[in-house]
Amino acid sequence: MKILVPVKRVVDYNVKVRVKSDQTGVELSGVKMAMNPFDEIAVEEAVRLKEKGVVTEIIAVSVGITASQETIRTALAMGADRGILVETEASPEPLAVAKILKALADREQPGLIILGKQAIDDDMNATGQMLAALLGWPQGTFASKVDIEDGTATVKREVDGGLETVALTMPAIITADLRLNEPRYASLPNIMKARKKPIDVVKPADLGVDPAPRLSTLKVVEPPKRQAGKKVKSVAELVDKLRNEAKVI
Amino acid sequence: MDFGLTHEQQMVVDTVRGFVETELYPLEPHIERTGVVLPELGAAIRRKVLDLGFYAPNIPTEFGGGGLDHLTFTLLERELGRASMALGVFWGRPSNILCAANEDQKARYLYPAVRGERMDALAMTEPEAGSDLRGMKCTARRAGGDWILNGTKHFISHADIADFLIVFVATDTKRITAFLVDRGTPGFEIRPGYRSVSHRGYQNCILSFEDCRLPDAQILGQEGQGFAMANTWLHATRLSVAALCVGRARRAFDLALNYAAQRRQFGQAIGKFQGVSFQLADMITGIDAADHLTLAAAWRLDQRLPANREISQAKLFASEMLSRVADQALQIHGGMGLMEDLPLERLWRDARVERIWDGTSEIQRHIISRELLRPLGA
Ligand SMILES: Cc1cc2nc3c(=O)[nH]c(=O)nc-3n(C[C@H](O)[C@H](O)[C@H](O)COP(=O)(O)OP(=O)(O)OC[C@H]3O[C@@H](n4cnc5c(N)ncnc54)[C@H](O)[C@@H]3O)c2cc1C
Repeated sequence: MKILVPVKRVVDYNVKVRVKSDQTGVELSGVKMAMNPFDEIAVEEAVRLKEKGVVTEIIAVSVGITASQETIRTALAMGADRGILVETEASPEPLAVAKILKALADREQPGLIILGKQAIDDDMNATGQMLAALLGWPQGTFASKVDIEDGTATVKREVDGGLETVALTMPAIITADLRLNEPRYASLPNIMKARKKPIDVVKPADLGVDPAPRLSTLKVVEPPKRQAGKKVKSVAELVDKLRNEAKVI
Repeated sequence: MDFGLTHEQQMVVDTVRGFVETELYPLEPHIERTGVVLPELGAAIRRKVLDLGFYAPNIPTEFGGGGLDHLTFTLLERELGRASMALGVFWGRPSNILCAANEDQKARYLYPAVRGERMDALAMTEPEAGSDLRGMKCTARRAGGDWILNGTKHFISHADIADFLIVFVATDTKRITAFLVDRGTPGFEIRPGYRSVSHRGYQNCILSFEDCRLPDAQILGQEGQGFAMANTWLHATRLSVAALCVGRARRAFDLALNYAAQRRQFGQAIGKFQGVSFQLADMITGIDAADHLTLAAAWRLDQRLPANREISQAKLFASEMLSRVADQALQIHGGMGLMEDLPLERLWRDARVERIWDGTSEIQRHIISRELLRPLGA
């Protein structure tokens, strides 16, 4: 069984992001980029499935600028077998990415696609779900445990208030939550081998997808500074402040 | 000219940094308090590094090592150098000089060292021969077909956890020879050394030889070729010192930078005071300068260009820079900087030895100036 793992290049989670002075987005120049942490978890899960003998080939896909190749190489160094870069200057929105992934799934015929539950840059949490809808495949989102047996993926999902277990008939879509696993460090032999693994480069047009954004960003601003807390003397005062100052009740 | 790292180099940096921060930093406070790394802990670190295929990264792949070039290995040392040496030592980097061993010795020493089964340490310094190694008093004299060793070595790093030592002794008045000496050889004793201000948990030892008998088969390289071999193989340790100074200075700097941005006095972040911000500017300038000197020297080794002067410059500048930066980082933390709750007092103490071992700053200046003056006949 083949497995497809989409990986996104995002600002490294250690970086304190800054808004650009013209408010068009966050500052990316000179900023350290890395693989989206949830995608790392997805790659790790794929590698574990391969080590268990469930999966024969892992294909890492990234949609983005040329430098996204580095993100694919990181996946290759973790144990993915080959990469596909869908090269585009546009920063595509979830629907465009889902359409691109659908086209690749049609071509590659994977038994499973594992994505991160969301990317830490735009926090959309949509690509996996949209892809499942486009493909007509079952989905197990927010996975914290995955078992594959006899064409069925059993997925423990982290839902509000507990865990829900679903059984998916494969091919299926899984999105990885934080507790699914702890991604490994890339081993030195794998880092060295990654260079020799192939990366195909295609354009969205080759897949019949127009990646142009449909949303336009009006402006990006810093979150408001947190105000210092206030002590209240009584419940009555609290209720009064909530009603008249904070205007939340 | 290309100052960028390759993607492989960046991944090596990220992996080592990740390992150091996640696996080693949390262990540090305990090591600092007790001054001891339990053997099981050391073995566990070694196991993890072996599993990552990162053990013996400096040794060529033909001998089973990681086969990193000098530049990439120097980057690795820089990141590993951020952590306590008492822990980092278990990330085995066997002495390059073992590559000069013959086939029989490679099987007994090099390969087991690369596999993490045996640990090496290297002994040159003696109580009466430090900078002036040619004055060493440890001797080996011929007795039948064998050699008899006598004398004392001191300041020998991590000999307490070593399975064998690479020992330099005089086999004649001026001829220095390297021997491979197994722990437990009759007449050879490894004793605890001194308590040091730097690097708690990373021990130095005293070695004593009393009529210690060794066969010819224990000579590393040729009899009388000890210094020639050291010159060929051991320059890399000076570069490693330079690299770890850069890594550690960067760690101290990052702490200071964040503290300067957060700590408020007189109604504003202390980083807003020029007295603090200019220190930060000087610190990072020194760190980057040392980093460039170090990586450029490593690059020269990879290009097979002469690099002796450049390596000494890197070692000299980086170790003195670290002393300054660690001191300033501590100063920016005020009283809290002195407390064991933060790693600054330790970084400050640890910095001190870097200007002494692997050739003191004065000896580095000597090497640098000799390289310039000797061709002029002075
Ligand atoms: C913790 C620790 C671990 C060590 N680990 C090892 C090890 O594993 N293996 C090993 O072989 N050695 C090791 N060393 C030894 C280290 O390399 C020596 O300490 C160093 O070379 C200096 O020798 P010394 O201490 O005898 O000082 P000396 O050589 O006695 O120097 C004293 C002072 O005189 C100065 N000086 C000497 N000669 C000159 C000159 N020509 N011009 C100007 N100034 C000069 C020196 O710079 C220094 O300031 C270790 C040392 C320490 C402290």
